[in-house]
Amino acid sequence: MSAYPQIRAFGDTGFSVEFGEGIDRGVNAMVMALHAALRDAALPGVVETIPSFRALLVQYDPLVTSRAELEAKVRDMLPGLKAEASVGRLWSLPVCYDPELAPDLQEVAERCGLTPDDVVAKHCASRFFVYMLGFMPGLAYLGGLDEALHMPRRKEPRLKVPQSAVAIAESMSTIYPWESPGGWHLIGRTPLKLFDAARDEPILLAAGDEVTFRSVSRDDYAAMLAQVEAGRFDYDALKVAS
Amino acid sequence: MSAALEIVAPGLMTSVQDLGRYGHQALGMPVAGAMDPVALRLANALVGNAENAAALEIGYLGPTVTVAADSVRVAFAGAAKLTLQLAGGGEPRLLKPFRSALLKRGDRLAIGAVEEGSVGYLAVAGGFAIQPFLGSLSTYMRAGLGGFEGRALKAGDRLPLALDAAPQGEEQELAETFDYGTGAIRVVLGPQEDRFTSKGIETFLSETYTVTKEADRMGLRLEGAVIEHTKGADIASEGLVTGSIQVPGNGKPIILMADRQTTGGYTKIATVISADLPRVGRLKPGDSLTFAAVSVEEAEGLRRAQEAALRRLIEGIRPAQPDVTLDLAALYNENLISGMVDARTGVGR
Repeated sequence: MSAYPQIRAFGDTGFSVEFGEGIDRGVNAMVMALHAALRDAALPGVVETIPSFRALLVQYDPLVTSRAELEAKVRDMLPGLKAEASVGRLWSLPVCYDPELAPDLQEVAERCGLTPDDVVAKHCASRFFVYMLGFMPGLAYLGGLDEALHMPRRKEPRLKVPQSAVAIAESMSTIYPWESPGGWHLIGRTPLKLFDAARDEPILLAAGDEVTFRSVSRDDYAAMLAQVEAGRFDYDALKVAS
Repeated sequence: MSAALEIVAPGLMTSVQDLGRYGHQALGMPVAGAMDPVALRLANALVGNAENAAALEIGYLGPTVTVAADSVRVAFAGAAKLTLQLAGGGEPRLLKPFRSALLKRGDRLAIGAVEEGSVGYLAVAGGFAIQPFLGSLSTYMRAGLGGFEGRALKAGDRLPLALDAAPQGEEQELAETFDYGTGAIRVVLGPQEDRFTSKGIETFLSETYTVTKEADRMGLRLEGAVIEHTKGADIASEGLVTGSIQVPGNGKPIILMADRQTTGGYTKIATVISADLPRVGRLKPGDSLTFAAVSVEEAEGLRRAQEAALRRLIEGIRPAQPDVTLDLAALYNENLISGMVDARTGVGR
């Protein structure tokens, strides 16, 4: 009998359903399938569900339901879950890899035995998958980085990473939604805001989305940044048909 | 000008909070909200608000506010000295917590240091006229979101009130105090109890821990015996709940509270049961605590019992009984004869 799915207690307000080990698209697809199934089922007492790499956290209100009642309903759903190859939107996000906006690009290239152009080409050739969001509002963990670019986080995290910095570490890429401390390698910058409280949907990416990056010139970056700052940028135009 | 509460002095950590911003954790948006949801609900109930209305959460030291409205009804839930200076002058009066009061234009209310626990709540009848962010008025200060300009209040702020004048009605008071409980903080072990040695679990459930100075709305770092892991403190990042107890590599537990991140990559030994979260939300640096394990079913039962007790308390809110000292002053001011005062209050002369 498989050890998964495995249910773990988060006190009297939550439990997680773990679908496997490590960072794996197949495992995460089951997480997303249960996330979607519970959203559609709208069971009484479910407060919200939070997907992560290999587990779905189900938060519930113990005054409306109970662990026993809810866990039974969730277990009933498990056999019918179908891992979908694609559940989200596909985005094509502009990134400027100009050295001034990419302080770690040269070092990353040297460590990988590549040229900076090679690094950019590989970053732009990857189709990334949003496994989960966390750490700060709107920060997406993008799996699918070309293996040639895998490397550990910086030994000395930066105290201040600029907003919209595009970064890589381990097998992941990300975009910082906020100016914040950070230990990832900065290889570019997007003119976009991954979080903008002024938008109807402040957070751009969601778990299950797919992302590709395209290289834009410094001039194009500046032009798009001006539109973003003015609140006139058309984010819908970044969605492409998959 | 529109009705407002003007902040004369902000206190130490005063922010607008409701019961939290749920529904967006999958996008990384923290819940925030009241550290002591019980006290927030009581303050709201005393002024006739919905229990989820936003109020001012006051951390450690309260603000001084001036009424810039025809009138406003307020109630404070917590333990602090409440000094009211009427616009017309005269001796300052002391207001009671857990009792509503009608303030008039120009009146100034000073809320002193929080004397029990770390937080208190000032609710205003009708609430604040502030635009919600993602459905909630809770302030998440780390990202400058929600509440009043996404931050703790400062001197000179004008908090817009929803009502120009207080609704008609008698003042209300709480008949009994809420029992936060004593003894060990109850927890449910897990989700990663299997990542700790049996000695580590034993340490956690038997040793006394102390709240360090690194205690804020995000979480409480505890000092005490080191909890032993089996194989390191890192896990694949996953969702969290308020009350999750993380144990990072140094073996010292951290209780995650209202402003916690939505996900975390450290092992979690246990989760504070929801009935004990209001109590934990009131802890302050230097407080000591122990933990005791209960089952999920026990935790759910304890929460339901607590909710029933709170409901009874709220249903027992009654018209405020005359306050001896204040009434005497008021009656003398109205030139009533002293004999009537004596007869009514039983205070001899």
